[in-house]
Amino acid sequence: MTTPLLDVPLLDVRGLSIALPPGADRPLAVDNLTFTLNPDEILCVVGESGSGKSMTAHAMMGLLPAPHVRVAGGSLLFKGKDVLAMPEAEQRSLRGGRIAMVFQEPMTALNPLMRVGRQIGESLREHTDLPAPARRARVVELLAQVGLPNPAELAEAYPFRLSGGQRQRVMIAMALACQPDILIADEPTTALDVTTQKQILDLIRSIQAERHMGMMFITHDFGVVAEIAHRVAVMRHGKLVEYGAASDVLNRPQHPYTRQLIASVPHYIEHRDDHAKAGAPLLVADKVRKVFHVGGGLFKKSKQVVAGDDLSLTIHPGETVGLVGESGSGKSTLGRSIVGLIKPDSGRILFEGTDLLALDRKGFRPYRRAVQMVFQDPYASLNPRHRVGDIVAQGPVAFGEDRNRALVRARELLAMVGLDGSAADRFPHEFSGGQRQRIGIARALAMEPKLLVADEPVSALDVSVQGQVLELLDDIRRRLNLAMLFITHDLRVAAQVCDTIAVMRRGRIVEMGTAREVFTHPRDAYTRSLLDAIPGKSWHIPDDLQKVPAGAH
Amino acid sequence: MLGFAQLFASRLVKAAAILIAIVVMNFFLVHAAPGDPAMVMAGEAGAADEKFVAQLREQFGLDRPLYEQLGTYVGKIVQGDLGFSYRQQRPVWDILAERLPATLVLTLTAFLLALAAGVALGTLAAVAVGTWADSAITVLALLAYATPIYWIGLMLSLLFSIQLGWLPAFGYETIGAGYTGLAHVADVAVHLILPVITLALFYMASYARLTRASMLEVRGLDFVKTAKAKGLTQSRIVTRHVLRNAILPVITVAGIQAGQLVGGSILIETVFAWPGIGRLAFEAVLQRDYQVLLGIFLVTSIMVILFNILTDILYGLVDPRIQVSQ
Repeated sequence: MTTPLLDVPLLDVRGLSIALPPGADRPLAVDNLTFTLNPDEILCVVGESGSGKSMTAHAMMGLLPAPHVRVAGGSLLFKGKDVLAMPEAEQRSLRGGRIAMVFQEPMTALNPLMRVGRQIGESLREHTDLPAPARRARVVELLAQVGLPNPAELAEAYPFRLSGGQRQRVMIAMALACQPDILIADEPTTALDVTTQKQILDLIRSIQAERHMGMMFITHDFGVVAEIAHRVAVMRHGKLVEYGAASDVLNRPQHPYTRQLIASVPHYIEHRDDHAKAGAPLLVADKVRKVFHVGGGLFKKSKQVVAGDDLSLTIHPGETVGLVGESGSGKSTLGRSIVGLIKPDSGRILFEGTDLLALDRKGFRPYRRAVQMVFQDPYASLNPRHRVGDIVAQGPVAFGEDRNRALVRARELLAMVGLDGSAADRFPHEFSGGQRQRIGIARALAMEPKLLVADEPVSALDVSVQGQVLELLDDIRRRLNLAMLFITHDLRVAAQVCDTIAVMRRGRIVEMGTAREVFTHPRDAYTRSLLDAIPGKSWHIPDDLQKVPAGAH
Repeated sequence: MLGFAQLFASRLVKAAAILIAIVVMNFFLVHAAPGDPAMVMAGEAGAADEKFVAQLREQFGLDRPLYEQLGTYVGKIVQGDLGFSYRQQRPVWDILAERLPATLVLTLTAFLLALAAGVALGTLAAVAVGTWADSAITVLALLAYATPIYWIGLMLSLLFSIQLGWLPAFGYETIGAGYTGLAHVADVAVHLILPVITLALFYMASYARLTRASMLEVRGLDFVKTAKAKGLTQSRIVTRHVLRNAILPVITVAGIQAGQLVGGSILIETVFAWPGIGRLAFEAVLQRDYQVLLGIFLVTSIMVILFNILTDILYGLVDPRIQVSQ
């Protein structure tokens, strides 16, 4: 490893500007950005989507989508030499050699048709003189270093055989192949489950410390920042708004935007008071079981996947039950069973005493009104060819409501979820993610439901927007005395809005209790590991930025 | 590899089932044709009195119940007996065996050429997207795709054989020359050039367009960004990462088109007087030679099935995910 000169930073970004094509929402994606990165340092670049943080990293790696997006000014000095002024061949020897990058989406970042060992070996082939057998040995060594089991065997596997966490480890091994001086990690844990996120963060931190790399870690999550950052740069609309040592930015944020971001970080300690259960339960799920049959054909037996087994829970009027678990734990299966999108194999789902599973299509129809769903993806769940007012009014019209009355009601509902009157006449693409989710909520409310099933309603949104949507949901719940089943993978979010928490793992509910019990005295080992994996636990959000969590009494 | 053998075995069994279905359909097709086969035969023989027709019926088993006739027909097919053409006074199998090689040489050469040239041009266009090279290839592909295939054939032969006199205008070989060995191969090859180019141009155009579109799509995927971030050269990124993934839809379409090769060359064979199956089919239709037509149906069906299996295997080789999902 080369010894860096003391007076020259590893990376020196001076006045970097990146131009967007004409017609974009702003002329510059990155505007006059200046920062430095030293060896043996983790710099966290924080910002919401569209802040230009990924663009900066892409400019460094020569990955900007030319010719539409280009560097308009400034310089990127690597060990004192301007990367942007280098000829292409020299830039290429830096990429993957001296500066390596790990991406956000491990599921798509690997070539599906190439064995993972070869994909790592390609980097060595490009940047070193190692002969093929030595490359293979090095690949196995690298896979072992990132903590993958059976590295020799794994090198021969195709990406689709690996889980998300394993693929991200492969990506890290690939980035480390040529012992880079700088590692850029672009939201490397955002797509992962919370326990996997913890493992990957631990791995990244230990590797960085071991090799004294300079690391630029891009994230939107202040919990992650608190976990690993030495220095922090906060970006907004392409501009650097705050830059300093991690302890300063986290504990004494100066800029109003940084303060706003930190204030909207959900904090799990703040659970809600116990919900006073009154009256008969609204919904009872009793030993629900659902098995999916995967594959199969003329000569092959299909594989059975138990998505849910022995699932029982009750929801009282006005209560919010959180269903928490990692991807594949079966939480959405239960949610969809309750709404009637999936037919479970056995068990009962009682709504006000009626078993929904025993009903035929016609008998079930009235209950479609009573149980409504808010979906995860605000971009895909609204029909792009329909006006927002129609989207909201469609449900009641289908149940026999007069169209004009339904449209008037739709406007009222849109106002209720915080959108202005003209929203009804516009199309979904004219709205931001948070606004679309508000439309999704208005659509569900139009049916005057008694139970709302919200499946990861804020996972696709930025933190500050997340907070607003959660507040809206809570406000509506209280005003209409709605019961809610809130499905999420994020314990911090669940802590903000749920009265009761059910923790799911591998198709089973492992623990269920009041939010207070589950967060302060978790009984199940898995719940404890989930709580333990929340990033930034040891960081105490500055007192003046702590707000009373929504719904606390 | 066990999964692969299993995949192959299951494909073969399915293919056999489809083939039986085709044979049975063929049988009923004859019966659906207007008129009585015995009457047709009697008409062709020139004598049509009641007694003769009845005799024909008995001779060919047409007076037996339908299922019995079906049994006889399937039994004959299994033995490789495709029937007898009264028109040509020869067994159908002999006629087909004589014509099949000419068609296969023509269509397979054209197919391989189209595939190679189409993928190469499509790749070139995708790499140089937005430049004059891309526009030129796109226009060429559009022209080749839109122009009637027989017109291209006529124009090419007008230019290269009549004006320039470089290439023979029609036929499979020089008649009466009596070449043997290598000289024969060279003779056929020279005759092959014009029909192969004419036929290949059309298919090439569709492969070029498909490859270009598919490559442009794959180029924007995340793993290509990963490859760039590794510092790989442009050519390695294109060949190892983009093309390999972009080729999958091309294989699908090529597999479907390969199945039509035997039956799809009627126009070319007519324009260039190529003694292949396509022209045989055309003549059989005109002459109402049902036995020959049925034989051609069967052979082309077998070709389609064969190429489908081949495509599946190729797909399994290129894309490791296929074997699992099957």
